[in-house]
Amino acid sequence: MDTLVQQLIIGLTNGMVFALIALGYTMVYGILEFINFAHGDVFMLASFLALTLVGALGLQQQTGMVFALELLGIILTCAAFAASLNWTIDRLVYKPLRKAPKLAPLVSAIGVSFILQNIGLFWGGMPLKVFGGGNQAAAPKAFPDLLPATNLLGPNSHLTLLPKDVLVIGASLTVMAALYGLVRFTKLGKAMRATAQDPTAARLMGIDVDFVVGATFVIGGCLAGFAAVIYSLYINTVHYQMGYQNGLYAFTAAVVGGIGNIPGAVLGGLLLGLLRALSDQFIGAQWQPAVLFGVLIVILVFRPAGLLGSTAREKV
Amino acid sequence: MTTIRQKLGNFGTFEVLALTFLLLYPLFPVLDWGLDAVGQSVRLDRQLVNIFIFGLLALALNIQVGYAGLLQLGIAAFFAIGAITTGVMTVEKYPFQFGFWGSLLVAPIAAAAIGLFLGAPTLRLRGDYLAIVTLGFGEVTRIVLINLENITDGPRGLNPVPEPWLPVAVRELLQGSGGPVEGTLKTMYYIALLLLVAAVVVFTVLEKSRLGRAFVALREDELAASCMGLDPARIKLLAFAGGAALAGAAGCLYATNLTTTAEPNTYDFNYSIMVLCCLIIGGIGSIRGAILGAALLLGFDNVVSPLVTRGLQAVIGGGSDNVLASFTNWKWIVFGSALVAMMRLRPEGLWPEARLQSELREAKDIAEQSQEAL
Repeated sequence: MDTLVQQLIIGLTNGMVFALIALGYTMVYGILEFINFAHGDVFMLASFLALTLVGALGLQQQTGMVFALELLGIILTCAAFAASLNWTIDRLVYKPLRKAPKLAPLVSAIGVSFILQNIGLFWGGMPLKVFGGGNQAAAPKAFPDLLPATNLLGPNSHLTLLPKDVLVIGASLTVMAALYGLVRFTKLGKAMRATAQDPTAARLMGIDVDFVVGATFVIGGCLAGFAAVIYSLYINTVHYQMGYQNGLYAFTAAVVGGIGNIPGAVLGGLLLGLLRALSDQFIGAQWQPAVLFGVLIVILVFRPAGLLGSTAREKV
Repeated sequence: MTTIRQKLGNFGTFEVLALTFLLLYPLFPVLDWGLDAVGQSVRLDRQLVNIFIFGLLALALNIQVGYAGLLQLGIAAFFAIGAITTGVMTVEKYPFQFGFWGSLLVAPIAAAAIGLFLGAPTLRLRGDYLAIVTLGFGEVTRIVLINLENITDGPRGLNPVPEPWLPVAVRELLQGSGGPVEGTLKTMYYIALLLLVAAVVVFTVLEKSRLGRAFVALREDELAASCMGLDPARIKLLAFAGGAALAGAAGCLYATNLTTTAEPNTYDFNYSIMVLCCLIIGGIGSIRGAILGAALLLGFDNVVSPLVTRGLQAVIGGGSDNVLASFTNWKWIVFGSALVAMMRLRPEGLWPEARLQSELREAKDIAEQSQEAL
């Protein structure tokens, strides 16, 4: 029983991170109907920025108020960085292809993903102390364990609940609530929903579709940058291919939930996180991707539009 | 006879010259001699075999993506299944050895059967969902191959895969035919070239056949095609299984050429994407484009990139801890930029099929006009 509860805690925290990345995929898909393969790599580059900043500020040595403020500063910087990167990619690469056949933006996104991974590789080779002096650019980089490793359930408990677990869950829930509020109650959110439903009609109603698309990329980027810091604090490793692996899982989460559907992405992320933790515990970590993608295929066979997706026919 | 000649009529002088050049290359490796003369050695004859095999794989994906319009992101899985089937059927670990020719027959059947098994329930999914299912299937296959160590020998791969059996006369002809290339390599070279040429001929004929036209009709407009009495589910499944079978055959060649089934991680998502890149660079739906794409991609990866790296290191000195100094590390920036630039400047590919090219041009013109109107 203890193992099960412990795995549920792990699954929940992992699922929160997947959900944060999945939101970026699903929002872009909801509006432009294309898989932004580069999203996971924006997340990866933001993690590299976080590690660089942690090293530059010497965050391991800080305590108390200074530590909290600097950590908040890093989170905001990474979110702003990822948001502007995402927005720039959209303007430079995807925007000229809006009217092209559907394969064109998809292939471009794969191209951008390659470029970003390569930049990550070079970034890891920078001669910084946190990167191990840049001797092995491709090696995983250790992200310092910044939060205390005290068990919040008391030292004698069979279960472990670390401060970082609480941070991941609490911060993610806050961000998701903010996103929900934005999409549900603001004018921009209304414009986004309208554009997702029918871009042409939205344009006719006087909505600046280009602005809405840009805003979607900015919000998705913010979430990815935020997820990057949270993930690095939690997993304590940064690697130039982490965007690819987590991006794949996050995209799977978005599809399982029903792509284009915001609550669906969160549900899919949590489901995937839990499934991952349980399969690691009871089936074996080496089978993890096989179990996750196997479940994905089964879900899509029986519910072709995902768990919460609408089953609208493709337009003729 | 005349009909076949008519159907093959669009093979021009270029194709004949290229084929003659490739047939004679192992005897007169002129390009290798040229490189040797400037003090570089990359063994283009070896790379050509890889290009032939990769070209077959690109043609396999072309059936699915190019002809039938199914966005498939897991072609490496069927390639791997072909390779592993070959390994199981030939290595000494197992009590039965069927040799290369036996596995060349069975590997496509195994890959096609698994393709049918995956395709039957999932091909009705719409484009992007199909993409993610095939992507997932590719990952599942890779993980299963790593973990079923009893059967696949896991990360070590099954080996040694023996070289193909040939009649003594043919073998002696190949070995005795002179030239600097050794006999085993020559065997693989000619088998791969032969299969590639056969595939090109078959696809050229297929494009003009009833089935080929059905593929195009379906890709262009599924609703209209089914109103004309075509069965979309059956035709899609046929394309999927056909592509899987050819990928399986390519996998069989790959394992035999390497003499091992290789580490299962070779057949990862990036491999599938590389094959897709071949099609995109060459021109989706185009036979010549697929082969051109394979040649460009592998040529860049295995020939140009090492040469530039050596040149760079000769100039700046061998700084092994500087990531920027090795050109191999720039590979993904080059590939990525190439893909982005292609989509922007020449979305139909370098050697496109005429029909697709005109469609894309038209779409672009309409887009530009509507932009002007706005």
